[in-house]
Amino acid sequence: MNDLQKILADTADRLCTDHLPKKIREAAEVGEWPAALWTAVEGNGFTRVLVSEAGGGAGGTWEDALILLKACGAHAVPLPLPETIIAAWLLDQAGLEVPDGPLTFASASLATSDVGVTCLQPMTSVPFAGQCAHVVAVAPATDGLQVALFASGEVMNPQTTIARDPVADISVSEPALAHGTASLPVDSVMLFGALMRSAGIAGALQSSLMQAVQYAGERIQFGKPISKFQAIQHQLAELATHAASVGVAVDMAGTAVTRDPGNAGFEIAAAKVRAADAAQIGASIAHQTHGAIGFTYEHGLHFWTRRLWSWGPEYGGSAHWARQLGRQAISSGGPALWSTIAAR
Amino acid sequence: MQTFRFDPCDLPPSAIALRSDVRDFLATELDGYPARTRAETWMGWDADFSRKLGNKGWIGMTWPKQYGGHERSALDRYVVLEEMLSSGAPVGAHWIGDRQSGPLLLNYGTEEQRQKYLPKIASGECFFCIGMSEPDSGSDLASVRTRAERTDEGWRVNGTKLWTSGAHRAHVMIALFRTATEEGNRHGGLTQFLVDLDTPGITIRPIKDLSGNAHFNEVVFEDVLVPDTQRVGETHGAWKQVTAELAYERSGPERYLSCYPLVAELVQELSQSGAASERQEIEVGRVVAELATLRQMSVSVAGMLQAGQNPALEASVVKDLGAVLEQRIPGLATDLLERPFHLGAGGLDEAAAYLVQNAPSFSLRGGTREILRGIIARGLGLR
Repeated sequence: MNDLQKILADTADRLCTDHLPKKIREAAEVGEWPAALWTAVEGNGFTRVLVSEAGGGAGGTWEDALILLKACGAHAVPLPLPETIIAAWLLDQAGLEVPDGPLTFASASLATSDVGVTCLQPMTSVPFAGQCAHVVAVAPATDGLQVALFASGEVMNPQTTIARDPVADISVSEPALAHGTASLPVDSVMLFGALMRSAGIAGALQSSLMQAVQYAGERIQFGKPISKFQAIQHQLAELATHAASVGVAVDMAGTAVTRDPGNAGFEIAAAKVRAADAAQIGASIAHQTHGAIGFTYEHGLHFWTRRLWSWGPEYGGSAHWARQLGRQAISSGGPALWSTIAAR
Repeated sequence: MQTFRFDPCDLPPSAIALRSDVRDFLATELDGYPARTRAETWMGWDADFSRKLGNKGWIGMTWPKQYGGHERSALDRYVVLEEMLSSGAPVGAHWIGDRQSGPLLLNYGTEEQRQKYLPKIASGECFFCIGMSEPDSGSDLASVRTRAERTDEGWRVNGTKLWTSGAHRAHVMIALFRTATEEGNRHGGLTQFLVDLDTPGITIRPIKDLSGNAHFNEVVFEDVLVPDTQRVGETHGAWKQVTAELAYERSGPERYLSCYPLVAELVQELSQSGAASERQEIEVGRVVAELATLRQMSVSVAGMLQAGQNPALEASVVKDLGAVLEQRIPGLATDLLERPFHLGAGGLDEAAAYLVQNAPSFSLRGGTREILRGIIARGLGLR
């Protein structure tokens, strides 16, 4: 971690300690916007970590952004901060101005006519659709990625994820407020959505591990802390290996995206496969360690484990990304595989 | 609670350049090697091959030149290791000496010992084995009972070492013997020795493993006389040396690549069939994701070694995760190819049949899964 990354990590920890007590998380789950926390993260420039300095941002790298995306998982942040970070990056990459306030992003069918760029069909399953004044819509373009900024329109089919984050379809009838083209892969929504969720899982796994270790040290059964039982120790060790592995996979993807966002598909896919698989194992071990108390709403472990369950399948689950890696490996053949792995 | 550190590590340009040299060398040397031979990776023994690597300067790479080394970085060495393992080169003969016996002598050996052994290890002419386990001492290494008693001429050794890989072909054992019994200090009273295996009184009996192959042994010591000049490090003070040696033993890429040659064969067969199913693609992809992640973790451990840090905890994480993956691969291959593997079939099937039978050893050798998870649990502050 360099100095900027340490500052980002420390600031994120401090803001969440100050502004994210358990009651704020609980209130957010029934629809109350955590305004003070939002003001704090936006005021500290977190939303614009990936926006160029010319565009009014911090000009950070993806390695810097991953610090914040992991922190969102580590602290179970009930805000569209990851979505805003990526939406703002997409706008900036397309040379567009980034508005204040929470943003979300989605794939869309875009058409260009004399009224401007319009969205032909509703955008589906858009996270925090009803909470964001703007949505960034993206579509493949002949020379990269078309990026269009819309004022939020009609919110339909509202649902919540297992993490209790709101998700809905959006229909916009007005033309885009601004639009441009970014030199990014056509599947950027899936790619960077997957990386955002992988980083969240890395943070949530680390936090689940620390909570389980602490609980095992405090819970007395048979006259001693359950952390003294080898069966518990070995399960927590297994959880620790998965948490470490996902952290490394996410960092590897961050390095690749920083080097070239157009050539990081392998690393992002590997990170999401590892993250989604580890999320299942990790949540299971964290709950097994906590026993019945961890199964209550009151206790709060679920703020992290429900995020693990929710984020694993979002933007392509393990099988989706594994299939991409497998298809590529098989088409390149056995002798080429090692070069692919060792080139990272 | 200790946080595990897996800092990203970029390989230096010297390592990148070296990689292509190693690949060129292996492409020629291993041309026509059958899959079954490649599947042995670091259990494969070929003294001629080891001598060729010695000539290339690819053994003892990080050691001082005065001892036959080449003073290259640990990351250069790492690249050589991973290229050897991924291609299934028969590196077993020199593996132990290069990995842990040489470094042990550099850290704790006398000048005379270094002069005597290190140049020959580096030239691929002197092969080592590890004398730790005994019939009643496996994971509980501190309970070793093979005794070395002080005599006028040196030390007299009696007892038995067990599961000693390569002892029937190696020249030297670095052995851990009990030299004293200290009340209340089971880690005390242990001493390491360099034992030339042609010393009178040593009987080496190969033990067939469940596959019918014999690469490990029982080594019986009957009144074996070892000069005091062969003692490594302090008398009664070997425990910290052994702990350091085990950190080397657990830190390398061989802890996740044991089945890599089979993965390459599997991918090649699916590629040639031209009709991989969705399920085959998914399962292969999952293995690729895990391999890529483990490699990054393993490179990070090598980076810590290069920086002079102690990655014992991180190495345990890699070895534990690595063994789980390695052990999954032979079963996955039979599942995806939907056929049983027969001995005598040649090709992938022969390699896979060998690995199906060898997989149980992956989470036993070099520290069992239970020992590793105990180390990780200690790192978490649980014990």
